[in-house]
Amino acid sequence: MIEMGRSLLFPSLRSGNATGVLLRAWTAFKSTSWATVASGFMEPVLYLLAMGMGMGALVGDVVGPDGNPMSYAAYIAPALLTTSAMNGAVYESTWNVFFKLRFGKIYQVMLQTPMGPMDIALGEVGWALLRGLAYGVAFMVVAFVMGLVTSLWALLMVPVALLVALGFAGFGMGITSYLTNFRQMDVVGFVMLPMFLFSATLYPITVYPEWIQWVVKVMPLWHGVELMRGLSIGYVTWGSLGHLAYFLVMAGVGLTLMTLRLRKLFLR
Amino acid sequence: MTASPTVIHAADLMKVYGKLRAVDGINFEVREGESFGLLGPNGAGKSTTMRMIGGTLIRDGGTLEVLGLDPDKDGPLIRANLGVVPQQDYLDEELRVAENLTMYGRYFGLPYSYLRPKVAELLEFAKLTDRAKANVEELSGGMKRRLVIARGLINDPRILLLDEPTTGLDPQARHIVWDQLYRLKERGVTLIVTTHFMDEAEQLCERLIVMDNGQIKAEGRPMALIREYSTPEVLELRFGVGRNEELLPQLEGIGERHELLADRLLLYVRDGDAALSEVARRGITPLTSLVRRSSLEDVFLRLTGRSLIE
Repeated sequence: MIEMGRSLLFPSLRSGNATGVLLRAWTAFKSTSWATVASGFMEPVLYLLAMGMGMGALVGDVVGPDGNPMSYAAYIAPALLTTSAMNGAVYESTWNVFFKLRFGKIYQVMLQTPMGPMDIALGEVGWALLRGLAYGVAFMVVAFVMGLVTSLWALLMVPVALLVALGFAGFGMGITSYLTNFRQMDVVGFVMLPMFLFSATLYPITVYPEWIQWVVKVMPLWHGVELMRGLSIGYVTWGSLGHLAYFLVMAGVGLTLMTLRLRKLFLR
Repeated sequence: MTASPTVIHAADLMKVYGKLRAVDGINFEVREGESFGLLGPNGAGKSTTMRMIGGTLIRDGGTLEVLGLDPDKDGPLIRANLGVVPQQDYLDEELRVAENLTMYGRYFGLPYSYLRPKVAELLEFAKLTDRAKANVEELSGGMKRRLVIARGLINDPRILLLDEPTTGLDPQARHIVWDQLYRLKERGVTLIVTTHFMDEAEQLCERLIVMDNGQIKAEGRPMALIREYSTPEVLELRFGVGRNEELLPQLEGIGERHELLADRLLLYVRDGDAALSEVARRGITPLTSLVRRSSLEDVFLRLTGRSLIE
């Protein structure tokens, strides 16, 4: 008989072996899906090159968060870093989770073993975080090489990218658990693209009428962008803490939603 | 004979989906080393019962004890000692054949030092050693099934749950799977098999429960059930479309009872050949006739008035 310790927290929902999910994701990633992963990283880099250098030549310097002028590329780089972390977490927690849930039946198999819904939730979030982090760090390197990283505070952008990824991963998985076919998956793109375009990524939101500004401020990406842009030049205010709090709450709500949903899906 | 310890104990076990009582208050016990069957048509509640045993389905009533633990509270702990062979293969198509076994072992948290020899042993057991590096899609249906059974054995389970182990396989592949399961039985693994094939139940199960509409209709050893609910032999007669019922009065008195099916008439008799002679003596000539031994199919028909496979 296999002697296994009973997990202290939620013994009916977890075995404490969430690493199995990570290992499976890593093994499958090595053999099949690296191209998908690479394309997710390329998107913001291409934006940085096209917009930052191309548009930047046209626009010249812009006003930064602290009121001082900064280059257009440096202005959009933190926003694209945030988007990069978001993309990594969202692709993983929506498309990949959707596939594993509805087609690969990967979770059904995992649940035949000691693993419980909470192991799966933690493992998948962990993997989405790793992907978000990898995107964030890779983008940071590109930005550094292009001379767009100027403050030591900018190092904090890496843990913040992780938090952004965590917020989106939990939520993404929770929402994906409601979707049952590919057509519904289009909703993800329908939300993501406008959010990327309008969340002060490429220009300040002050160009909009006030009510649109409020809509943007309710969405998560804007908070990430504002926080990152401040960090990139070392301009940290009470507002930065507010943005941070937004993501902490989002991560908490997302993880709770996801665990409840997985429990409902698998332990009916 | 000393009684082996009880590994599964269910009392008034219940699972309700809306108005449907999928499992409606069943009682049974399984002892260590036994091969125990759940026989019944699709929708009888067999798979639902299996899932409650593994703790991946929360019961709505009654008590259930597996290896001395409650699956609703200690699902992970129970599943650590359970092998599961689901109805659908659910093999991981993004991994290769051997990787499917190793990864599954990792889900149990088993170390590589244990898994390396174990995977080699199980590939040998499943006769898939030469396919270790193949993609899963390249395997035939029978090979996939063998791989799934091997996967269920990765943790040396005390209880192996098999849900319709040979459904969808051709006869030859079925016999290879059955052979695999006999060998496990000899090694003392407790087998719990759901099936809607009477021959499978007769071959594999020492003891079984017959389920219908979420309830247990009968329980016992296959041979004892056949003795109790049927006659030794069955005479099957076909008279052609619509004529079976018409001829029934003329057969009055032959055998202990009869069943009228859509395509044939079954006469339950002690001696099939003698009954067939009596039919001929009365001047009745069926299109075809067949004398056979009673099976669990007849038991099920007697208990529910329906065939197992509809």
